Amino acid sequence: MKQRLVVIGAGMASGRMLEHLFEADPGAFEVTLFGAEPRGNYNRIMLSPVLSGEKTYDEIVTHDADWYRDNNVNCRFGETVTAIDRKRKVVISKDGETAYDKLLIATGSAPFIIPVAGKELPGVMAFRDLDDVNNMVAAAGKPGAKAVVIGGGLLGLEAAAALRLRGMEVVVLHLMGHLMERQLDPAAGYLLQRELESRGIKVHCKAQTKAILGNDRVEAVALDDGTVYPADIVVMAVGIRPETRIATDSGLHVERGIIVSDQMVTSDPDVLAIGECVEHENVVYGLVAPLYDMAKVAARTLLKQDAAFRPVQTATQLKVTGVSVYSAGDFADAEDREEIVLRDASAGVYKRLVLKDDRLIGAVLYGETGDGSWFFDLMKRGAEISEMRDTLIFGQAYQGGAQLDPMAAVAALPDDAEICGCNGVCKSTITGAIVGKGLTSLDDVRAHTKASASCGSCTGLVEKLLASTLGDAYNPAAIQPICPCTDLGHDEVRRLIVAKGLKSIPAVMQELEWKTSCGCAKCRPALNYYLLSTWPGEYEDDNQSRFINERVHANIQKDGTYSVVPRMWGGITNPRELRAIADVADKFAIPTIKVTGGQRIDLLGVKKEDLPAVWADLNAAGMVSGAAYAKGLRTVKTCVGSDWCRFGTQDSTGLGVRIEKFMWGSWTPAKVKMAVSGCPRNCAEATCKDVGVICVDSGYEIHFAGAAGLDIKGTEVLCHAKTEDEALEIIVALTQLYREQGRYLERIYKWAKRVGSDSIKANIVEDLEKRRYYFERFVYSQKFAQVDPWEERVNGKDAHEFAAMAEFGFPQAAE
Amino acid sequence: MSNWIAIGSINDIPRRGARCVKSPIGTIAVFRTAEDEIYAIEDRCPHKGGPLSQGIVHGAQVTCPLHNWVFSLETGEAQGADEGRVRTVALRLDGETILMDADLVMAIAAE
Repeated sequence: MKQRLVVIGAGMASGRMLEHLFEADPGAFEVTLFGAEPRGNYNRIMLSPVLSGEKTYDEIVTHDADWYRDNNVNCRFGETVTAIDRKRKVVISKDGETAYDKLLIATGSAPFIIPVAGKELPGVMAFRDLDDVNNMVAAAGKPGAKAVVIGGGLLGLEAAAALRLRGMEVVVLHLMGHLMERQLDPAAGYLLQRELESRGIKVHCKAQTKAILGNDRVEAVALDDGTVYPADIVVMAVGIRPETRIATDSGLHVERGIIVSDQMVTSDPDVLAIGECVEHENVVYGLVAPLYDMAKVAARTLLKQDAAFRPVQTATQLKVTGVSVYSAGDFADAEDREEIVLRDASAGVYKRLVLKDDRLIGAVLYGETGDGSWFFDLMKRGAEISEMRDTLIFGQAYQGGAQLDPMAAVAALPDDAEICGCNGVCKSTITGAIVGKGLTSLDDVRAHTKASASCGSCTGLVEKLLASTLGDAYNPAAIQPICPCTDLGHDEVRRLIVAKGLKSIPAVMQELEWKTSCGCAKCRPALNYYLLSTWPGEYEDDNQSRFINERVHANIQKDGTYSVVPRMWGGITNPRELRAIADVADKFAIPTIKVTGGQRIDLLGVKKEDLPAVWADLNAAGMVSGAAYAKGLRTVKTCVGSDWCRFGTQDSTGLGVRIEKFMWGSWTPAKVKMAVSGCPRNCAEATCKDVGVICVDSGYEIHFAGAAGLDIKGTEVLCHAKTEDEALEIIVALTQLYREQGRYLERIYKWAKRVGSDSIKANIVEDLEKRRYYFERFVYSQKFAQVDPWEERVNGKDAHEFAAMAEFGFPQAAE
Repeated sequence: MSNWIAIGSINDIPRRGARCVKSPIGTIAVFRTAEDEIYAIEDRCPHKGGPLSQGIVHGAQVTCPLHNWVFSLETGEAQGADEGRVRTVALRLDGETILMDADLVMAIAAE
């Protein structure tokens, strides 16, 4: 018969133990898992990003329902074990008794609540589990809500930063003289305090909490020095204590924690304990790495294999709300010690090394922690550093002269150098797995070794190991984010807009976890374009996410006036239009009239409030907006072609006009300028345009991807078309492909370079069905696009854009 | 003492947008954020005089339409690497009516 294993506590330590157990021998035990929380195991280290809203709970779940089912774990979540009867070998919970052959206690720790008056008031909470997070998120929803965080250690600061990101007013109260005094020396603590204060968090050190005030719920926190901070919530993050009550009650040997042997066995041979609730050789552990080691040992002990817990010296590499902090060893001041300090205040960097007898015994790094593992390695090995003492503080790259290459620094790390502190993974384990299992990506390494899978602060190192081990075979997806509001690149955002059916800017920002509430001037116009081009007819254009020129359909000039460019189809005009332009210029005293490079006329210096009236007069003469301001089709420049020119081979003017009438009004990733020349003499300069046509006797040569701006580049030939209809279809399909693939503000030549001309030709030239498909999609989107924006505004649309809201002058003398 | 004068309704300004108020110190840009906060600043970028009212509004910031300087609407300070500030003018909301501190404007005009 299978042995029955009962596990009390469904946290990170027991979760890891079960993984090892099932991996080694899936059939050895019938497992019942009790957890006080009504949910399975999740990565508790990542609760801070959930609190700040950067991650969702789902993303930090480490064992989901499928995993428990696949491993036949009998889950009793939300059910607290109230007693253990060791004589009868049963545990007692609300639903009765559960018998065990082996019992594992992994109850973790409980937040320490300081014993002050008012600590029971509603609104006082810990920061320990998802319920706490949900409570805090709910409280942060109230505008102007205030939080007081008691405790300036890692946990308290993570909570404070996250609540600040949620928009709360936050005060941190810390009993000691500087923040994180266990990990940082006073100087680094000061830098951290300054950083947090720059984000609007108030820090009050040497704060002795006297009482929490309030009637029905918390209202304020009072300090011994008389300060009172108003508070809607109070977060207690002063520390944790091992949760040992159930072990004590059952008569197990408990001191500060449950006493365990090297094998993780308690004073009862059938009861094991691991995690933050245990005490091993007078030490209680809180960091995740030793807990995972305990999990490994406990699994082996249960399977009757030899194993012993050997605590290793651990370094603390922490990311406090985006600030990198690293500390290791002993960094207190003392008589027999020397120190080397590097400060770069403007860059926010502070490094301090503590030396004793020419050996490194402690390090504190703030702001720049890349050399942490190298210092830690020197410390563990007890290496003599007198030779490199002068340059030691500059890190590994400065030793031995040559290595300025970070890759070389990683490659030079010894095999047993610890890369992932959370999971205790050393370099050789990672490189061994990369080679042995043929891993090629960060996700592979995470899956196989757990390195970088917990807090993620070693991700850079793991990527460098992948690169140095695989050489050119490693091809990380170097994705440039759209802007600092997101980590996603243009292509990913576009794909996700389609995949998730996102149809508004708020929906994109919510679903794709934008880091800002409202985006910025970079991402909003891009999102507006992507949504508009993806959902023609469905998406409602967001005017406020457009650059001013597109918002008011004119070009802003350096003095805040605008320029107005009516369309002249193919560059052809007539006396009526020219008269209307002249009349408008007179009527509105327009100072400058200029012929543009795109064969039309620019009226410069129009006052904003005059724009609708100017447009009304131009509309009356049959002219519409030339979209000279748009990320869209601008002009189709032409020569006179076979109509007049003795060399003209085709009706280039006619084709230009036809293209422009077909395509006007369409929005594109960046501006699109076209031209049609009637013969290879190319008077319309078609070979430096985004799309150009050179007419020849046998038909039409279609060119694309030229540039004549910041870059100068001749076009490439796309293909040859026999008829005007075919030429139009190719040009339209090409533009549609660009509309769907181009990144916002990426001109056609850059898009073509990125995706490759071959892939464009494959879609537009070689595959006639695809060409037709893209053509049809363009035609469909034009149904909603070909509305003259000027006419709309003459008829009153967006009237608020063109008029001042109010006007007032100097006060008049009293009557 | 402040002399609060009504300049219009909050509904006259689109969310994440701005309107202009003409005053003795030149044009004042009045902003309404996505969260319905209102702010007023000089409508003139200290860099090259761009009309900030025409910029894209994001959070409580605006990006100048001419050269993309970003200003805090709360403090008037240029953000990021750029240095400079625009003057802010106090506003108050009475129901839906926006009130501007005209005395402050006059004081600036008198400088």
